Amino acid sequence: MTCPPPAQIPALELLGFGECGWGATLIWGLGNSIVIALGAYALGFAIGICGAFGKLYGGPIAKDLLGVYTTIVRAVPELVLILILFYAFTGLLNDVLLAWGYDRIQISPIITGIVVLGVVQGAYQTEVLRGGILAVPAGQIEAARAMGMPSGVVARRIILPLMTANALPGLANLWLNATKDTALLAVIGFSELTKATYQASATTKAFFVFYPAAMCLYLLISLTSTFLIGRIEKWARRGQRDVRG
Amino acid sequence: MQDFLKPHRIVLILIAAALVIWCVFELNWSWLANPKYQVLILQGIWRTIWILVVTMVVGMVLAIPIGLAQAAGPWYLATPARVFCTIIRGTPLLMQLWLLYYGLGSLFPSIPWIKDSALWPYLRQAWPFAVVALSLSVAGYEGEVMRGAFKGVPHGQLEAAKSMGMPAFTMFRRIWLPQALQRVLPTLGGETVSQLKSTPLVSTITIMDIYAVTGRIRQDTFIIYEPLLLLAVVYMMITGLIVLLFRWFESRTPTRTA
Repeated sequence: MTCPPPAQIPALELLGFGECGWGATLIWGLGNSIVIALGAYALGFAIGICGAFGKLYGGPIAKDLLGVYTTIVRAVPELVLILILFYAFTGLLNDVLLAWGYDRIQISPIITGIVVLGVVQGAYQTEVLRGGILAVPAGQIEAARAMGMPSGVVARRIILPLMTANALPGLANLWLNATKDTALLAVIGFSELTKATYQASATTKAFFVFYPAAMCLYLLISLTSTFLIGRIEKWARRGQRDVRG
Repeated sequence: MQDFLKPHRIVLILIAAALVIWCVFELNWSWLANPKYQVLILQGIWRTIWILVVTMVVGMVLAIPIGLAQAAGPWYLATPARVFCTIIRGTPLLMQLWLLYYGLGSLFPSIPWIKDSALWPYLRQAWPFAVVALSLSVAGYEGEVMRGAFKGVPHGQLEAAKSMGMPAFTMFRRIWLPQALQRVLPTLGGETVSQLKSTPLVSTITIMDIYAVTGRIRQDTFIIYEPLLLLAVVYMMITGLIVLLFRWFESRTPTRTA
């Protein structure tokens, strides 16, 4: 079946999953966006935890290097970092592979996206988590040390549970940033939601169908996240006194 | 100074200096000598700063009524303001920019009275769309910030003004707004840096800011890393300037810390 000119297709059919609809493209893009956001956030969290503990309890060199990392990443636009890391990451990996006698490989765009956004997220999460750890009452940590807990156990049993409530608002903001930052990958040609919307609307000229629809999808992500994070924060703050009085 | 120059730090600084020297002498900077690119780079930096300043000012002017409506307005003003902020903050700026540029931009030529109006020569260019999209984004984010700031002004100040017999607008102009603005100053510095980091998005709608200029140099010369390094350095320098500027602003307003 050949589709009629897009101007003659009703809006709902354009968004639908039929042969003339772009629904599948948009949903595929949304899936990519969510996967990249989740992966980048998880990687960022791993970097952030190591970075925060390193910045607070690490040696002098580790502290300085982490300071350089967080300062540079937070001062340079994400779009520029994405380009730099995109070329550097694929270039370095291929150099290493060639040096070990393997062939060049083409890294999947999703993995590249996750690594690049994860490194950016890591810098911000380092700062948020550092603030969260600093807000844990020093007496709690001293008490744990006085009980003879090894530092790994102190981190796992005392610091992490107590800092969760402090760090959650900042982490929530960063998660919302992560979902929106996936749109930047459209600029270097990854087919996530923004790119899919661009393609669909450029082909059909139905700008005011696809853009509002995609914006609703983004809003849906952020509103559901806000709701879920509210629940998590309530759980993390269980047993704390309500300061509002 | 003694505190800063610990032995390990001197070693790190030396390594960093060696890295910079290596970058200067080993990488290919020949394109910087080309006068065509020098002009483009300066123009690009100027455009980036121009867009940053204009959108921050316009956005803040819009953010004040939006924040006020949310903090103290009746429901028929507060609800639209809240919906506006949610939409702006909940969707990517890139998408808002493309909706305006590709969407409205393709709609305008088909409307006769817009095509005949005096504004048409401007609406055919890209920068009005960039300025509108980025200003609305500032308005959305700062509207939330201003809401908190207006609410944070102590009630006693407003009651004192009222009991002195100040009219509502004078009270807003002399008491409420200045104190709210003073509260947002520390936040505003960070928000200006965020806004700077959003400006390269305008290169996707054909505006030749510094990001687009380096993109073009990369295409012309097939040099990948060097223009990107220059770009990162330029943005870091502008960020540093913004931080210094706001530090100076904050030092000028006297605050009492307990």
